[in-house]
Amino acid sequence: MSEQHEIEALVSRDYQYGFVTDIEQEIIPPGLNEDVVRLISAKKNEPEFLLQWRLDAYRHWLTMTPPTWAHVHYPPIDYQALSYYAAPKSASEQAEIDANRPKSLDEVDPKLLEMYEKLGIPLHERAALAGVAVDAVFDSVSVTTTFREKLAEVGVIFCSFSEAVHSHPELIKQYLGSVVPPGDNYYAALNSAVFSDGSFVFIPKGVRCPMELSTYFRINALNTGQFERTLIVAEEGAHVSYLEGCTAPQRDENQLHAAVVELVALDDATIKYSTVQNWYPGDEFGKGGIYNFVTKRGDARGNRSKITWTQVEAGSAITWKYPSCILRGDDSVGEFYSVAVSNNYQQVDSGTKMIHLGKRTRSTIVSKSISAGRSQNAYRGLVHIAKGADDARNYTQCDALLIGDRNGAHTFPYIESKNSSAQIEHEATTTKVSDDQIFYLKSRGITEENATNMIVNGFCKEVFNELPMEFAVEAQALLAVSLEGSVG
Amino acid sequence: MSLLEIKNLHANIGDKVILRGINLTVNAGEIHAIMGPNGSGKSTLCQVLGGRDGFEVTEGSVQFDGMNLLEMATEDRANAGLLLGFQHPVEIPGVKNIYLLKESLNAQRKARGLGELDTFAFMKQVRELVKSMQMDDAFLHRGVNAGFSGGEKKRNEILQMLLLQPKLALLDETDSGLDIDALKIVSEGINRLRGTDRGIVLVTHYQRLLSYVEPDFVHILYKGQIIKSGDKSLALQLEAEGYEDILKAAS
Ligand SMILES: Nc1ncnc2c1ncn2[C@@H]1O[C@H](COP(=O)(O)OP(=O)(O)OP(=O)(O)O)[C@@H](O)[C@H]1O
Ligand SMILES: [Mg+2]
Repeated sequence: MSEQHEIEALVSRDYQYGFVTDIEQEIIPPGLNEDVVRLISAKKNEPEFLLQWRLDAYRHWLTMTPPTWAHVHYPPIDYQALSYYAAPKSASEQAEIDANRPKSLDEVDPKLLEMYEKLGIPLHERAALAGVAVDAVFDSVSVTTTFREKLAEVGVIFCSFSEAVHSHPELIKQYLGSVVPPGDNYYAALNSAVFSDGSFVFIPKGVRCPMELSTYFRINALNTGQFERTLIVAEEGAHVSYLEGCTAPQRDENQLHAAVVELVALDDATIKYSTVQNWYPGDEFGKGGIYNFVTKRGDARGNRSKITWTQVEAGSAITWKYPSCILRGDDSVGEFYSVAVSNNYQQVDSGTKMIHLGKRTRSTIVSKSISAGRSQNAYRGLVHIAKGADDARNYTQCDALLIGDRNGAHTFPYIESKNSSAQIEHEATTTKVSDDQIFYLKSRGITEENATNMIVNGFCKEVFNELPMEFAVEAQALLAVSLEGSVG
Repeated sequence: MSLLEIKNLHANIGDKVILRGINLTVNAGEIHAIMGPNGSGKSTLCQVLGGRDGFEVTEGSVQFDGMNLLEMATEDRANAGLLLGFQHPVEIPGVKNIYLLKESLNAQRKARGLGELDTFAFMKQVRELVKSMQMDDAFLHRGVNAGFSGGEKKRNEILQMLLLQPKLALLDETDSGLDIDALKIVSEGINRLRGTDRGIVLVTHYQRLLSYVEPDFVHILYKGQIIKSGDKSLALQLEAEGYEDILKAAS
C-alpha cells in the first residue's frame, strides 16, 4: 500500500461502504441529488473544478452508510427530508426579519440575557447574539474592517470560504480535501458535496498572525448553515491561533450539523485551534437538540510543525467528533486537550487520532469528560505509530468525572505500534463527585452550584490552561451553566 | 440571648432513630465538651446542626443566634457563623486548599455585606495562620485534604476555623489522630478562637484535649440523649472510672 493510501485507510477506518440510495424518487427541495449539488455550486458561482469536486464527493457519499460504531444512539436520519440549500432571502423577506428583530436589549427575553450574564459574555456582544439590529448597538462593520486591514498588512488571508474560492482559487484547489479527502467518511463526504460556507485562513511563510483569529469577526458567520467547511494553511514558520464557536447557547432549526475542518502546517509552522461548542443540547428529557457530526483533522506536514486542538464541548444532543493529527513531518508535534461535558440525555463520543509517521514525532492527549444526569460520555482514541516513525512518543491521559450515578463514562483507547522504539504512556482515572465533598464545601459557606464548579474547574484545569485567557474564563462559566441543577 | 439553643431534638436516618430528645444551650463565651460512647449520636448531632441531607428531624427546635437553624441551608448556616469541624474530613483532589480558603472566606464576607479581601491581604493572613498551625505552605497548593495524614487533616480543619472566625465552632473529634505535639498546636488554635462573643462545642473521647482547652461544661451523650451534664470534673471522673457507672445510674 502506498503511504497515502495507508493514511487514508487509517484515518477513515471503521466506516462502511456499499449502500446505494435510490435518488430518483425524491424531488427538490428538500432532498439531495446531483441537481441540488449543481444548484448549490451554481448559486455560488463556483469554478468548474469545485463543482466536479462536489459531484465526486456526492457520488462517493451515495456508496456509503452512516457509521454505527460510535457509542451513540439516535433514530436514522432521513437525508432526503433535509434541505441543502437555503436560498438567500429576498429583500422584502429580509426587511420583514429585520423589522421583527428586537430594537434594543430591553426587548430581549430576560432569561436569555441572564444566561449571557452568567456566561460573562461582554456587553457589546450580547446584543448581537440576541439578534438585536446590530447597527443600533455598535458598528460591527468597522470593527471587522479594521481587523481585516491589520491582517492584510502582514499578508494574512482570513475570509469566508466562498470568498476565498473566488479570490484565491489556486490555494483552494491546492489544499481543499488534502487533509480530509471527500470520501473520508460518511459525514465528510456529505459535507464535501453540499457545504454551505465556512472560513479560510492562510498565513504566509514566516508570519506570526498578530491576533487571535475568531469566527466572531467573520462576516456572515451566523449564516454558514449546517455544513460548514474550514481550511487553515500555515506556511513555513507561520503561527496562528484560531478560535471557533462561542459560549452563548446556539440554536438552529437544522438538527444535523456535519462540519469539516482541515489544517495544514508546513515546516516549523504552528496552528492552535480552540473550540468552544455550545449547540442546543435538547431539553432535560432528551428531546430535540443538535446532532454534531464533525470531521476535524490537522496535517502536520512539515518538519517541526505543531498542531494543537483544544476543545470544550458543552452542547449538542449528540457529539461525534475526533479532532486528529497526522504527524507526517519529522519532529512534528500533535496535541489534543479536551473537556467534554454531558448532562441530561446528551451523548458524547469524542476523542482523537494521533497518527505518527515522521521520526521523533510527539503527541499529547489530555481528555477530561464530565458526565451528569443520564448522559453517556465516551472517549475514543487511536495512537498509531507507523513503521518509519522512529523514537515517537505519546502521552495519553483520560480522566472521567461522574456527577450522580445514572450516567456513564466510557474509554476506548486504541494503541497500535509498528515501531519498537516508540514510547507510549496511558493513564486513566474515574472519579465521582460525592455528596460528602459537596457537603464539606457547603459547610464552608459555598453554594452547591459553586461547590460543583470548584470541583469541575479543578478537574479541567489542565485543559483550560491551554485556552486563550478570555476563552478560558468563558469556558468555566459555560461548564457552570451546563451543569446547573445536576447535583442533589 | 444564647448562641445555640437545642430543644428536644429528635432525628432519624431512614427508620433508625438516632437523636432522642437533645437539650443543650450554649451561651457566647462558653466552651462545652460532649463525650459519650461510640455510636451514641455525637457526630449525628453535629451533622444535623450542619444541615447534612439524609437526616430527618422529627421533633424539636434549634435556635442559632436568634435564627431558626433547621430552616436554613447549609451554606447559610456557615455564613451565619456556624463552623463544623469534621471527624473525617473528606478529600477533594483537584480543588486547591488555598482556593477553598479564598472561596469560603469570600462567600462569608459577601453574606455579611463585605467586599472580597484583596489577594495580598488574604495571602498574608493565610500564611500567618499556616505558620501558627506549624504547617508547610505547600499544603495550600495541594488538593483539599488530598493525601493528607489523619493529623494533617485535623490541623487543616482548625486552619479553616481560624480564618473564618465562626461564632460557634462545632468540632467533632478534632483531637483524634493527633500526635502529642499536634494536639498542643490544635489546642492552642482552639484557644485562640475562644472569646466572650464566641462559643465552642468540642466532641471528644479524651480528657487530654480538655486539659489544654478547659471546658465550662461537660455533657455525656448516650443513645441519643444527654444523660448527664457537669463541669470539667466530669471529664476527669470519666477518665478515671469509665462510662459504666454513669450509664447504669442513668438507665
Ligand atoms: N447513614 C447512616 N445509616 C444508618 N445508621 C447510621 C448512619 N449514620 C450513623 N448511623 C448510626 O447512628 C448511630 C450514631 O452514629 P454517630 O456517628 O452519630 O455516633 P458517634 O457518637 O459520633 O460515634 P463515634 O464516637 O464512634 O464517632 C450509630 O449507631 C451509627 O451506626
Ligand atoms: Mg462520631
